[in-house]
Amino acid sequence: MVIFGVAILSICFLSGMFFGDLLGDILGIDANVGGVGFAMLMLILLVEYLKKKDKLNKQTQEGLAFWSGMYIPIVIAMSAQQNVVAALHGGILAIIAGVVVVVVSWAVVPLLSRGGNIDAILEIDVNGGEQSVRNTR
Amino acid sequence: MEASRVLEILGNVLKNNGLIVAFAIVGLTMYLSYFMSNKFTKGRIHGSAIAIALGLVLAYIGGVVTGGEKGLSDITLFSGIGLMGGGMLRDFAIVATAFGANFSEIKKAGVNGVLSLFVGVILSFIVGVIIALAFGYRDAISLTTIGAGTATYIVGPVTGSAIGASSEVITLSIAAGLVKSILTMIGTPFIAKYIGLNNPRTAMVYGGIMGTTSGVAGGLAATDPKLVPYGAVTATFYTGLGCLLAPSVLFLLTKAIFA
Repeated sequence: MVIFGVAILSICFLSGMFFGDLLGDILGIDANVGGVGFAMLMLILLVEYLKKKDKLNKQTQEGLAFWSGMYIPIVIAMSAQQNVVAALHGGILAIIAGVVVVVVSWAVVPLLSRGGNIDAILEIDVNGGEQSVRNTR
Repeated sequence: MEASRVLEILGNVLKNNGLIVAFAIVGLTMYLSYFMSNKFTKGRIHGSAIAIALGLVLAYIGGVVTGGEKGLSDITLFSGIGLMGGGMLRDFAIVATAFGANFSEIKKAGVNGVLSLFVGVILSFIVGVIIALAFGYRDAISLTTIGAGTATYIVGPVTGSAIGASSEVITLSIAAGLVKSILTMIGTPFIAKYIGLNNPRTAMVYGGIMGTTSGVAGGLAATDPKLVPYGAVTATFYTGLGCLLAPSVLFLLTKAIFA
């Protein structure tokens, strides 16, 4: 059932958030440390496991794929509620700092990502990401 | 029935079903954006890049009209945008993108990803401090807060309030982080080919270096949706790491240098 996929996603999400808050608390900072990251890793591992056991049927995957497909629309809604006015009213210092840091960061990216296999990507397993759903049985 | 009554009923329907209104608006915005992308740029500028830019324009209009902080969603009729694009659904959908990710790629790029997080936080901090210096700030608290804001607009205020910065400096730090986030959203698809941003490994490094989750998430979505999970998986650790380093180690170092 579709809800199984959504529930798997929700359980991973909540556990990840819990670990993120826990880690933040242990480190003594008032922030979630990597909660989304933990949730993603958990989901990846769980999906691999269920796939291997052949327990991930088409409908369950559709529950996951739907939310994955809603990602871009949600990001657009997110952009529509940014505080753009404050960013522009922050004055010259804020604008220069924001622009310079982005440009410098862009310049550094190739230095750190060197040695990677550039060609490897294009054929990566994209199931579930767009509309296609993986490993249907 | 009078026309004004009909309008009133329509207004109530929209007001009472905010999230659904948001789905419709975003869907229409995306349709328009993909149409413009194909028609006017022959697909060279990705539809989602146009949609994100349109979203930011709408956010600006919303901010000017209402004087609020949440862009378009401060207008009552569009409050559902706030729910749809808010932290909960955004993070939920980001986690869902991991469904399409490949764990062995993440493992392979793991070390670079972690390294890039530290480089990203420290580099942003240094850039922020240098620019604050150029603008005449000399005290360690203000320098640290602006440096932290240059990391992300969450690290700035968290750090600022932890070390007792003035509210003027905290506001400045938030603004710097917002500019970074918005520029990352808009600029990523244009810079991608120059920095080799077309594979999972680089996407993970990119997430770690840029750090702004909304910026990276939006930017990669407009570049290549396949890369989103890889960038997001590192970017979501960045703010936490920044909140950890900025008020502690980085503040002490700044104080030692500029005391």
